[in-house]
Amino acid sequence: MNAFDVIGPVMIGPSSSHTAGAVRIGNMAGALLPGKPVRALIGLHGSFAKTGRGHGTEKALTAGIMGMLPSDTRIRNSLELAEKEGISVVFEEVEIDGAHPNTALITLWNEQGDSVSVQGASIGGGEILITCVDGMSVELTGNQPTLLVLHRDVPGVIAGVTNYLAMNGVNIGGFKLSRKKKGDMALMTLELDEAPDERVTNGIRCFPQISRCVLILPAP
Amino acid sequence: MPTIAGYLQIAEETGKTLSQAVLEAQAEELGKTPEELKEKMRRNFQVMLESAQEGENPELRSASGLTGGAAARVMERTRRGESLCGEYFGKAVARALAVSECNACMGRIVAAPTAGSCGILPAALITVMEEKNLPEESAVMALFTAAGIGMVIASNATVSGAQGGCQAEVGSASAMAAAAVTEMAGGTAVMCANACAMALKNVLGLVCDPVAGLVEVPCVKRNVMGVVNALAAAEMALAGVESVIPADEVILAMKRVGNTLPATLRETAEGGLADTPSGRQIAMRLFGKTK
Repeated sequence: MNAFDVIGPVMIGPSSSHTAGAVRIGNMAGALLPGKPVRALIGLHGSFAKTGRGHGTEKALTAGIMGMLPSDTRIRNSLELAEKEGISVVFEEVEIDGAHPNTALITLWNEQGDSVSVQGASIGGGEILITCVDGMSVELTGNQPTLLVLHRDVPGVIAGVTNYLAMNGVNIGGFKLSRKKKGDMALMTLELDEAPDERVTNGIRCFPQISRCVLILPAP
Repeated sequence: MPTIAGYLQIAEETGKTLSQAVLEAQAEELGKTPEELKEKMRRNFQVMLESAQEGENPELRSASGLTGGAAARVMERTRRGESLCGEYFGKAVARALAVSECNACMGRIVAAPTAGSCGILPAALITVMEEKNLPEESAVMALFTAAGIGMVIASNATVSGAQGGCQAEVGSASAMAAAAVTEMAGGTAVMCANACAMALKNVLGLVCDPVAGLVEVPCVKRNVMGVVNALAAAEMALAGVESVIPADEVILAMKRVGNTLPATLRETAEGGLADTPSGRQIAMRLFGKTK
């Protein structure tokens, strides 16, 4: 905790959980989709569904998908801006068993038809926790530089990535692996002490068993 | 865990103000220079000034239609010289409304410590700065005093309405503002701690009961109470009035009171004002259901 946790953040109101946190969940989904989104299906669960409209949660999630930060004054016009940019955004009420009351389930598609599905909760004070990416469980807070690597579940891929990071002087602070089933696709979540430069992430993308590698950086 | 007593000890041993003690401890902890932190705080204060300005717009309305235009009314009457308690008081009230209304209407604010209580510090600091002809530097430094108090409360109790009720949000903001303006007015570190304690004591037990679950009713107007309470506590502290119960103990009492509040009175919109005929009717109109 520091002085700027209690005098801050600078944010668009009215609610740190229903507005600022919602923007950050949207940011995360947007960052995980390759390219720009053209279509979004957003499921609102619990309190997000019940009181979201009054808190601008729909605008906040949409703004987040478009890459706006929680302090961006364009958030209140994000639905119009999305329409102008040709992004179709559809909301629905969902019920997700055991999910935090402030949960959104976002599915995004880009022009090429690639998609990503992200489930995240706004857990208070603008903090978030992404719990699921493409059906695989993760624990993403977005507070540290985090590398997400989608790869085939075969021997040696994890060692390859972690060794490559070590060779480039990048220290790993947290690690989680999730997979749909043995031998299928797997998702590595690596929390890093410092952000690696683009050369490193590009290097990882060249590994034959890796289909996607995304670096998520904490908000400035 | 940081304590108010800890900060007072540093201030006493080094002869520094509370804000300097907090600033230097933070610079050390974050590995930044005090100047860098002050620059960041200056930008936050700038946002506070902008939100106070934006909230004065008489056309402002929230999505629910429950909020907007109150700050404009009070400010206009104050500027006409008709304020019941004088211009200083009228402006503090108007600014607390302005920043809170700005927040409710999706404007940009500084959470201080939360979005729901964001009107109290700007209203207190801007109004005291203006009234006493103080430089902006004094308000920026006072935000470090406020931050010190806020960190102690957040570490030892809570600043979340869902956990501790409104006393944890508006109460904390009011305690932070009381200490901050006490320092701006030249009060000692001990006076700041007394102002903090007295402000928080006055709102122990205040429940969080937002109508329809929105940060609007009664939050916006409770911010006004928060600034008025802060100024009253500072007034007492500056005159040498002391809190019988020390600030750290008041903070722990606030935490225990919060723990004993039923869930219906902790931001669930199931009790208090939310559970009145009018409150339920508003929830029904906005969301087609009551909780």
